[in-house]
Amino acid sequence: MLKRTKMTTYDKAALVVLFVVGLGLLLVVLTDGYNIALFNPKGPIASEQRNLMTFAIGLMLVVIIPSVLLTFFMAWKYRASNKKATYNPNVRHGTVFNLSLWLIPIVFMLIMAVVIWNTTHKLEPNKPIAANSKSLTVQVVAMRWKWLFIYPEQNIATVNFLQIPVGTPVSFKLTADDAPMSSFWVPNLGGQLYAMTGHINHLNLMANTSGDYPGMSAELNGDGFSGMKFTARASSPAVFDDWVRTVKASSSVLDAAEYKKLVRPSKNTPVMLYSSHVQGLYNAVVLKYMHMHPGSYKLAESPHQ
Amino acid sequence: MKEFLLGKLSLKALPHEWSTIGATMTFLVGALVLVLLITRLKRWKWLWNEWLTSVDPKKIGIMYFIVATFMLLRGGLDAVMIWLQQALSSGASNGYLSAAHFQQIFTAHGNIMVFFVAMGFMFGLINYVVPLQIGARDLASPFLNTLGFWLYVAGAIMINLFFVLGGEYAATGWLAVAPLSGTQFSPGVGVDYLIWSLQISGIGTTLGGINFVMTILKMRAPGMTLRKMPMFTWASLCSMVMVVTVFPILTVTLFLLFFDRYLGMHFFTTDLGGNAMMYTNLIWMWGHPEVYILMLPAFGIYSEVVSTFSGKRIASYTSQVLGMIGVSTLALLVWLHHFFTMGAGANVNAFFGIMTTVIAIPTAVLVFNWIATMYKGRIRFKTPMLWFLGFISVFSFGGLAGLLLAVPPANFQLHNSLFLVAHFHTMVIGGVLFGIFAGITYWFPKVTGFKLNERIGRYAFWGWIIGFCMAFIPLYVLGFMGATRRLDHYDSSTGWQPLFILALIGGIIISVAVVLQIIQIIASVIQKRQLADTTGDPWYGRTLEWATPSPPPFYNFATIPTVTARDAYWEIKRHGGLPKPKYEDIHMPKNTAYGIYVSAFAFLAGFAFVWHINWLAIVGIIGAIVCVIIRTFDEHVEYTITADEVEKIESKMRKKNLAADGQGEEMGLWDFVKIVITFIADIFRKKLWRRI
Repeated sequence: MLKRTKMTTYDKAALVVLFVVGLGLLLVVLTDGYNIALFNPKGPIASEQRNLMTFAIGLMLVVIIPSVLLTFFMAWKYRASNKKATYNPNVRHGTVFNLSLWLIPIVFMLIMAVVIWNTTHKLEPNKPIAANSKSLTVQVVAMRWKWLFIYPEQNIATVNFLQIPVGTPVSFKLTADDAPMSSFWVPNLGGQLYAMTGHINHLNLMANTSGDYPGMSAELNGDGFSGMKFTARASSPAVFDDWVRTVKASSSVLDAAEYKKLVRPSKNTPVMLYSSHVQGLYNAVVLKYMHMHPGSYKLAESPHQ
Repeated sequence: MKEFLLGKLSLKALPHEWSTIGATMTFLVGALVLVLLITRLKRWKWLWNEWLTSVDPKKIGIMYFIVATFMLLRGGLDAVMIWLQQALSSGASNGYLSAAHFQQIFTAHGNIMVFFVAMGFMFGLINYVVPLQIGARDLASPFLNTLGFWLYVAGAIMINLFFVLGGEYAATGWLAVAPLSGTQFSPGVGVDYLIWSLQISGIGTTLGGINFVMTILKMRAPGMTLRKMPMFTWASLCSMVMVVTVFPILTVTLFLLFFDRYLGMHFFTTDLGGNAMMYTNLIWMWGHPEVYILMLPAFGIYSEVVSTFSGKRIASYTSQVLGMIGVSTLALLVWLHHFFTMGAGANVNAFFGIMTTVIAIPTAVLVFNWIATMYKGRIRFKTPMLWFLGFISVFSFGGLAGLLLAVPPANFQLHNSLFLVAHFHTMVIGGVLFGIFAGITYWFPKVTGFKLNERIGRYAFWGWIIGFCMAFIPLYVLGFMGATRRLDHYDSSTGWQPLFILALIGGIIISVAVVLQIIQIIASVIQKRQLADTTGDPWYGRTLEWATPSPPPFYNFATIPTVTARDAYWEIKRHGGLPKPKYEDIHMPKNTAYGIYVSAFAFLAGFAFVWHINWLAIVGIIGAIVCVIIRTFDEHVEYTITADEVEKIESKMRKKNLAADGQGEEMGLWDFVKIVITFIADIFRKKLWRRI
């Protein structure tokens, strides 16, 4: 027969530590070599956001680790079987205790409050990024279930593929057409922002290293949600210019008819490149939802047609 | 004519997929077995008179437990299906679920776990414990209580009805955010089922909230001033005040969404001036406080558990109460942190970010206070105490993740990722669910008259802790890797699959722990004589519920105790115990079936709105209103038990208590397996089926 051996508190504590360390190591091994996007920033915004997270985690651990350790110490020290510990059901916890109960968290939260106020203003997504080079504007339209990128300065457009020059601030203007709320997110470059119909959200990001970064809709928006992905390719400005020329050579054009086809729901849509687009398309898409009467706007009647 | 009679309902609504057919068959077979069993045992009358129409908060509390337990298993099944799909669906494989089906499952999972599991258990505990703790015989309005419970049941049935009729649930996420939940993007009946199941149960919750605020404020035993109230009662009061404050917002929001869908209005549509951002604001104005509505009673439970098992009063009563009031007040001012990414601008975001971190102050006070309560105590490590320690370990780090999410620039990176999913599961499982488990273990002897098996309880605890870590720590890492929530498929190049598989294994371990908990209850029932609580006070408790026998008589207290200090029963025990009872006539509320009738009509109306059957909706609404009116005119709602009868009941109870022994060793898991094997062998050897 199995003999029941009783585990001591030390055995249990050791097992718990072993389990946590083992799980941690396992996770390190499993993720080794893959893109841990939030801690692998490829641009100034993502890197500031990473630093902020690291700082906040560190600050909070200063409070949390001692609290948890103290909980276990108290529980262990005053266990009923410990005859050496004093038992006093009438301990008086005085004013000093009460004050420190409140003051310790207040001090830490004051620090956090200052950090939050400053960083929120510093990293507000609609704030343009200061840089020497001229910025690039990309108009983004979330559709079911793909991303349309319009480059107004280059007069080109792409679907589910975004190319940007390294070292150039990019100003994304996010909206949506015939789609529920979606969220534009390229984690290696920085945080997300919602794309909504009849509304423009400004998101400023910049890449400082060449490479392909995954982009997606982070907000559930229906059946094709998980396939609403794109590649964000950051390259040197020269390569970017070359790419623009290649796109310009493409035979497809984003005219009114093509746009109507494009806006229909489709899943796992392949990359598309358009050598030109209807002028004023983006504004028309935004305004479409601001009119009080649908139908008063028609793409074909747009003045630039 | 057909459209007038049946609305959108047609034969096509009947189940025709493996999942809906399977679920429908399960319901039908289950119902059939139940009906046959009750008929065979001749228990219909008993069921109706003693339970279904009862207004006794103790019985209603137990019924909440039963429904919530079934819903926990139902929502848990959803969870396993989610884990399995995400572990399988990488690269070339699309898993075993379609995107739409997967999205319906996580939506239902969220709704069930929040509305019907967490709320159900909390209302169950509050129903059972609060009247006993404040020395009351009943609630301020017994009718509202039974009505609230039956509306909750109606909601629970409604959320499962889509299996039988319609075959689709909402695929919008648990909050049904607009415009995704509008008819433009969700034309089916799924969202309507969501709206009406939450609407009906939500109204029940509001009524319950009003009732408990009244009860706690007006029905306390003589001498129990607000500043002498037990911690769980305080926590319940804070929670119920929040219910009354924010549940009307949910009701209105769901009505507006319903108007959009049913009448073609444009509150939240993309066109004609609708504003979906308003929906997001409104739903989170309710949704964030809702989290704290669940959390606060759990804080109350931990306070009772730590204080009782340390044999000490709570270190600083005033700080603890202020902490809970602080949490519940601040919780109303932080809703926007759920959508910093909507682009409200730096000032607004910073304000809500700071408000969110401010909540950490009263929360930290509660934690420090629990630590100080253990100081110089004499701590007995019964399972409720283990759940408390598990809660502190898990909750602290979940709180850290929460603070990280409260920093807007960090939130831009973490929002909608699996990091967020891991965070709120840490809070809801590690905080709320562990609290519920602690509470159930703590008050189980009060409810049933016998304690739960400690040995198997410990195995279940460790199963939960290990399974929880394996299931959710990988999700934090996945969030850091840029994995969004609600993905039914992802590329294999991301390297996420091993982590999802790890999470699935964690989920399986949690399932094992749940099975262990069920075994724990069965094993305890088998050994109820050995585990019997003969004194009514198995833990050497501090509050008035332990002054009653276990289980308490239906009138709770033969003599209402007089309270002179905090931790009333502890003080009474220190000063020579309860005084000799002086029996008096007791007035108790009569049972009523009107809660069932009103809820049935409300259910009909909801069902009619789902399927656009206007005449039935009118019948449902008018029926419900008429039932309420009839009930208001019923003036004979109370009956009297004479002092003699009370004395008889009390002496009978004392004899019964002496008959139980409360001695002997608890069985372990192996003993349980042996009993089960013997039982199965007996069935075959003695051909037990012949007796049925």
